[in-house]
Amino acid sequence: MPKFLVDNKEIKAKQGTTLLKVCLDNQIYIPNLCYLEGIDPPSVSCRMCFVEIEGERQPVTSCTVFVKDDMVVKTDTPAVRQLQRTALRLLLSVHHVDCKNCQANKKCELQRMAKFLKVGLKPKGLGIYLREVEIDRSHPFLDYYPNRCVLCGKCVHVCREKNGQSALTFSKRGFDTVISFYGVRDLPTPECENCNVCIDICPVGALALKETQKEAVPNLQGEEDPNIA
Amino acid sequence: MNPASNEKIDQIFDAIYKEAEKRRNEFREDPGPKIHIGLATCGIASGALETKKAFEEALDEYNIEARIHTVGCLGHCYAEPVVVIDHPDSGFPPIFYHEVNAGKAKMLAKLFLKEGDPRFEHVYGAMEENDLIPSVMEFARFNREKRVVMEKCGHIDPEDIYDYIAQGGYSSLVKTLKLNSDEIIKEVQNSGLRGRGGAGFPTGRKWELAKSAGEQEKIVICNADEGDPGAYMDRTILESNPHQVIEGMAICAYAVGAKKAIIYVRAEYPLAVDIVTKAIRQAIELGLLGKSVLGSSFDLEIDVFRGSGAFVCGEETALIRSIEGYRGMPRHRPPYPVQKGLWNKPTVINNVKTLASVPPILDHGADWYREIGTENTPGTAIFSVVGNVVHAGLVEIPMGVSLRTLIFDICGGIPNNKKFKAVQIGGPSGGCLNEEFLDTPIDFDSLTEAGAMMGSGGMVVMDEDTCMVEVSRYFLDFTQNESCGKCTFCRIGTYHLLKILERLTRGEGEDGDIELLETLSKDIKAGSLCGLGKTAPNPVLTSIKYFRDEYEAHIYEKRCPALMCRPMIAFYFDLDLCARGCDACATCCPVEAVFTTSNRKKGVDQELCVKCGECIVVCPPEYDAVRKVSPPHLVPYIEKPPEKKKED
Ligand SMILES: Cc1cc2nc3c(=O)[nH]c(=O)nc-3n(C[C@H](O)[C@H](O)[C@H](O)COP(=O)(O)O)c2cc1C
Ligand code: SF4
Ligand code: SF4
Ligand code: SF4
Ligand code: SF4
Ligand code: FES
Ligand code: FES
Repeated sequence: MPKFLVDNKEIKAKQGTTLLKVCLDNQIYIPNLCYLEGIDPPSVSCRMCFVEIEGERQPVTSCTVFVKDDMVVKTDTPAVRQLQRTALRLLLSVHHVDCKNCQANKKCELQRMAKFLKVGLKPKGLGIYLREVEIDRSHPFLDYYPNRCVLCGKCVHVCREKNGQSALTFSKRGFDTVISFYGVRDLPTPECENCNVCIDICPVGALALKETQKEAVPNLQGEEDPNIA
Repeated sequence: MNPASNEKIDQIFDAIYKEAEKRRNEFREDPGPKIHIGLATCGIASGALETKKAFEEALDEYNIEARIHTVGCLGHCYAEPVVVIDHPDSGFPPIFYHEVNAGKAKMLAKLFLKEGDPRFEHVYGAMEENDLIPSVMEFARFNREKRVVMEKCGHIDPEDIYDYIAQGGYSSLVKTLKLNSDEIIKEVQNSGLRGRGGAGFPTGRKWELAKSAGEQEKIVICNADEGDPGAYMDRTILESNPHQVIEGMAICAYAVGAKKAIIYVRAEYPLAVDIVTKAIRQAIELGLLGKSVLGSSFDLEIDVFRGSGAFVCGEETALIRSIEGYRGMPRHRPPYPVQKGLWNKPTVINNVKTLASVPPILDHGADWYREIGTENTPGTAIFSVVGNVVHAGLVEIPMGVSLRTLIFDICGGIPNNKKFKAVQIGGPSGGCLNEEFLDTPIDFDSLTEAGAMMGSGGMVVMDEDTCMVEVSRYFLDFTQNESCGKCTFCRIGTYHLLKILERLTRGEGEDGDIELLETLSKDIKAGSLCGLGKTAPNPVLTSIKYFRDEYEAHIYEKRCPALMCRPMIAFYFDLDLCARGCDACATCCPVEAVFTTSNRKKGVDQELCVKCGECIVVCPPEYDAVRKVSPPHLVPYIEKPPEKKKED
C-alpha cells in the first residue's frame, strides 16, 4: 500500500486510487467539478483539481494521478491557487449568478469553491459574457440552463452508465459549447421522467425538472409539449 | 523471414518493376513531345484543368502528336498553372513555363510544339543544364531546396502506381520485408527522424514503444487532418505522391506488427481522398497491400477515414475518439496511443511527412539521412510559405537553414519594396518572430527556444503594413472557434483573449489590457488539457513580447501603427498630389464619400467613409494621392465646396 505525503500529512492508500479521491477521503479538500469515481477516460475538463507534486515542473490535475509510494504532494501552493482562481473566475465570467432563484443554492459547488478560494461570485477584471438562450426547453421533462452549466460532463456520463446510451451530449464548439438533448431521440424509451440521475449529479443548478413536472401533472406522456420542435 | 521467401518476394517485385520500367521506357522513348501539367489542388485552383483542356484541343486542332502527363505539385504555387514541355525534336531541353492559362497553352502548342519556337519571353527556365536557356537550378528557389519527401512530387503521375515504381518506389518495402522488425526500427532510430506533426517526437522510439506494447494487434494511423489555416503540405503530398506515404505506412505496420492501418484525411480534401483511395486500390491489385504482401507472411489492410474537419481532431487522442464515432475531444495522456489507442489497441500515429520520410531513409540508409539537416533534427523541413513573399509555395529545405535564407533567398523576399516585419511560424499554435530572429536556424529546438514552434509547417510572412494586434486577433478567433469546448481554460480563457483583442483593434483598449492578456495567456498555457489550449496563447504572448509598442499605441494613443485597424484610421487625399479631377476615386467609392473641392481636387467626407480602401487601389500610381492616418482625428480637414480650406 503506497505511503506518501500530502501537505506534510502522511497518508496510506490502495494502489490504483487517484490522488484526488484519496485527498477527499482524508478531508483534504481539492476543488473539483468533473471528477467521478470510475469514469474512464477521466473527463479532466474542469481543470480545478490542480496540485503540485515534487519532481513535476508544473501543477498537475490530481484526478489523473494515481498514488505512488513516497510522493510529496502540496495542495496549497501559489501556483496551484493561481490556476484554480483563474479557472473559477473564468467559469464565473460566463455564469449567470442568481443564487436566490437557483435550485442549487447552498449546495452548489461553485459557491463552495468561491468560498474556499476566496473569490467573489462576481469577480472583477474580466468581462461577463452570457449565452443568449437562458433556458433550453427542448427536452420533454428537463430544462437546461446554459448560463449555469460548467460543462463538467457528469450528466452525460451518468446517463450513459444508467441507460446504456446518453440522452445528453456536448454540442457546438468553443465558447458556444453546450449540453444538448440530441441523443434523446435515439434512446429506445427516454426514461428521463423517472430517472433524474443527471439532475442529481449536476454540481450546479444547470438541469432541472420542468416546472409542470414538479407540480406532478399526471401522465404527461400522451400530451404534446409545445417546446419540442 | 527465411531466405526462400526472400527470393519469392524479389521475384514477385521484379516482375512488377519490369512492367513499370517497360511503361516508363515506352513513354521516354516516344519521340514526340510531352507536356507535364501540375494538377494538384493549387494548380486546379489557378485553372490547370482549363490549361489541360486547351492543350488537348490545340493538339487536335494543329494535328500534333504529343503526350499529356498529369503530375502533382512541383511546389511553385506562385507560378501556377505550371507546365513543363519536353520537346526533343526542337533541340531545346525540357522547359518550365509558369502561369500557363488556356490562351498561353494554345499559343505554346502552336508556336513551340508545331513550329519549334519556345517563346523565350514566356520561359521560366530549363529543367536541366544546357547552353541555350538558363536552367531553373540557377534560381535559389530551386537550388537551395533539398527534396527528400517531395523528391518525386511533380515528376510522377499520382494516379499511376507504375510511375512511382519506375522511380524506385516500393523498393524500400521490399527491403523491409526481408529484415526483421527490430532492424527496421533500429534504422529509423539511427536516422534520428522526428515526427513532423508538430512536436518532433522521435519516430523510432514511438515505433519501439508500440512494438513492445505486447503481442496484441496494433494499428497504424497516418494523420492527414491538417487543419492549420494556410498549411497544405500534407494535402499536396497526398495529391502528388500518395504511394510514398502508403509505402511508409506499410513499413511502419510491418515494424510494429500491425495488420490494419488508417489514413485520416480531412473531408475538405476531396481530391486527396480520391487519389489516396485510388492509390490503395492500385497497390492492392499489384499485391503490395492486402493479404500476404508480395508473397510474404505480412498482411496489411489500409482504410481511408474522412475526418469531420475540426482542427482539434488533428490532436491524436481526439482523432482516435473521432474514428471511434464520438465527438472529437482530446483526453488526458497517459495512456499514450502507443499504449492504448484506437479501440484500446496500441496505435502509432504519425504525420504524413513523417511517414513519407521513411522510404527514402530505408532506401539510402540512416547515415545518409543524418547528413541532411542538423545534429538534433536530421532531415528536411517542409513549409508552406504564404503571405507577403514573392515566391509563395511549398518549400522543402534541410533543417538548420536560417529564416533569412528561406524568406529572402529562396522565397524571393518581400514584394513591392516593403519592409519585412514579422514571420508567424507554426500556425495558430506558433509565434510571431521579428527581424532579430531572422538568423535563427529552422529546427524544432531553435524555433521553440525563440518562442515560436515548428508546428505543422505553416509560415506566414508579414510586411510593414501588417498590424500585429490584428494578427493575434485573427489567430485567436480561429483557436476559439476550434476549441473543443471541453476544458475551462481553453473554452473560456481564449474567448476572453479574443474579446480583449477585438476591443484593442476597435480602439477601445484600456490601461491594464496588456497585463491581463499576459496573465490570462500564462494561465491558459499551464491549465489547458491538450496542445490546442496549451499553445493557443502563443501568438499573443510572442507578439506582445516583440511588438509591445504596437499594443501600447493601440491602447494609449488609439493609433494603429500599421494603419490596418479600420476604426483607428482615416483616409484623405493629398491635395498636392491629386490630379485635378481624374475622378477615379469618386467613381469607385461605394458610399459616395468622395467630393470635389472648388478647385476640382478631391476630399473625403469622413462621416460617410466606410474605410474600404477602394480609392487607394484605383488612384492612378502616377498620382498616388490617397493617404491613411491613424488616429483618425489627425486627418486634414478638407471642406466641401464651395470653399477649400485645410486644417490640421
Ligand atoms: C490541436 C492539435 C492539432 C493537431 N493537428 C495535427 C495535424 O493536423 N496533423 C498532424 O500530423 N499532427 C497534428 N497534431 C499532432 C498530433 O497530436 C500528433 O502529435 C502527431 O500526429 C504525431 O505524429 P508525428 O509523431 O509524426 O509528429 C495536432 C496536435 C494538436 C494539439
Ligand atoms: S449554479 Fe451555483 S453559483 Fe450559479 S446561480 Fe446556482 S447556486 Fe448560484
Ligand atoms: S448540466 Fe450540470 S452535470 Fe451536466 S455538464 Fe452542465 S454542469 Fe455538468
Ligand atoms: S485545451 Fe481546448 S481543445 Fe484541448 S481539450 Fe481543452 S478545450 Fe478541448
Ligand atoms: S476608403 Fe472607401 S469609402 Fe472611404 S473614401 Fe475611399 S472608397 Fe470611399
Ligand atoms: S476534477 Fe480533475 S480536472 Fe475536473
Ligand atoms: S499544387 Fe501546384 S505548385 Fe502547389
